[in-house]
Amino acid sequence: MENVIGVLAANLLSPMVLFFVLGLAAALARSDLNIPEPFAKALSLYLMLAIGFKGGAEVARAGLDAELLMLIAAGIAFSFAIPVLAFALLRLTSPLPKVDAAAVAAHYGSISIVTFIAANEFLRSQAILFDGYLVAVAAAMEAPAILTGIWLARRHDAGSDRGARNNGSLFQEILLNGSIVVLVGAFFIGWITGEEGLLTMAPFIVDPFKGVLALFLLDMGLIAGRGLRGSRGALGLQTILFGMYMPLISATIALAAAAAMGLEAGNAALLVTLAASASYIAVPAAMRIALPEARPAIYATMSLGVTFPFNLAIGIPLYTAAAEMVT
Amino acid sequence: MELHPKKRIEIIIERVVARRLTDVLDRTGVLGYTVFPAQGGRGQDGVWDRNGLVSAAGHMVAIVCIIDASRLDETLGQIYEVVERQIGIVAVSDVEVIRSEHF
Repeated sequence: MENVIGVLAANLLSPMVLFFVLGLAAALARSDLNIPEPFAKALSLYLMLAIGFKGGAEVARAGLDAELLMLIAAGIAFSFAIPVLAFALLRLTSPLPKVDAAAVAAHYGSISIVTFIAANEFLRSQAILFDGYLVAVAAAMEAPAILTGIWLARRHDAGSDRGARNNGSLFQEILLNGSIVVLVGAFFIGWITGEEGLLTMAPFIVDPFKGVLALFLLDMGLIAGRGLRGSRGALGLQTILFGMYMPLISATIALAAAAAMGLEAGNAALLVTLAASASYIAVPAAMRIALPEARPAIYATMSLGVTFPFNLAIGIPLYTAAAEMVT
Repeated sequence: MELHPKKRIEIIIERVVARRLTDVLDRTGVLGYTVFPAQGGRGQDGVWDRNGLVSAAGHMVAIVCIIDASRLDETLGQIYEVVERQIGIVAVSDVEVIRSEHF
């Protein structure tokens, strides 16, 4: 237990968390600190490329085994199922209307790739080994939750049926989302080119990685702070609490699955982190098309302003400690 | 110089649906349009700013097209199908152009 507290404290004082806090504080204090949108987009693409490529190169080095297929299947199952649980809990414990609850639920079934990247860095800092192919699991978990969110809204007569005619192109847009294309594409390029490719790319994707991540987290802090400031009053206490207990529930489910599958601690920690994270890139965009009646001030702020900092500061070390205990 | 009366349609819409809207304009035979990025603003859903956003959600764009008055109703009907449920504004104004055949 002392060790867990020590790791938690060390994580809170890591550059990643501190840069996030700096952005958050700057936004809440109404500083004019600003990361221009095209630059933020480039940072995001860089992180996807780097994490995808390194994951692919790791697969080329260590090889593939049946565990990957098992993990992908588990990840897809979580992504489909977690929104159902999240929706039921939100309807029970919060005053959110059905359409908002369905949209929020979809966010909690999908994943946050930056939380995943932060977990990768945390595991490295703790010298805990994990497999690079978990990136493929992350990519597979992105979209199914969107389908469940839309299904939940329609099943409960929330949102308009007229959106259904857009579903074909919507799913195409989700699957061809720029972030997913770069992540999956870089994964395969890393796999094809292997260690030699990684050596070539290392000055670009390995050495500057932590600095870029810190800059990106500064931006995330700014966005989260602006969201919290702008949505003052829109989020009730119950919904804010949901943003903190839902990751713990998802993490517990994933932890049980990881133990049942006999995963190593590092892989288990990453699977749990993925299940516990909430999307803020792909799902908000999909919800604006599929469920435009849902309020972005609710779902975007919960995902980015509540759950992301919770996972970054407390969740990741907690999930890692739990994974080490049960595996 | 002779000026020709036309209708200017300005649509401020979320970027995630901009392509759907331009597809509609293409299908209705509008001869041209321009898409402008919107920097920031405030509406019924609060303040928004394009800086820093990593998701396309929350970004707004302005789409402007100029058409002949005879095609206004049909074009607006098609536009409405897309924008009906979304955050945004559709405004129509009278303008004069110098090259009628371009619109």
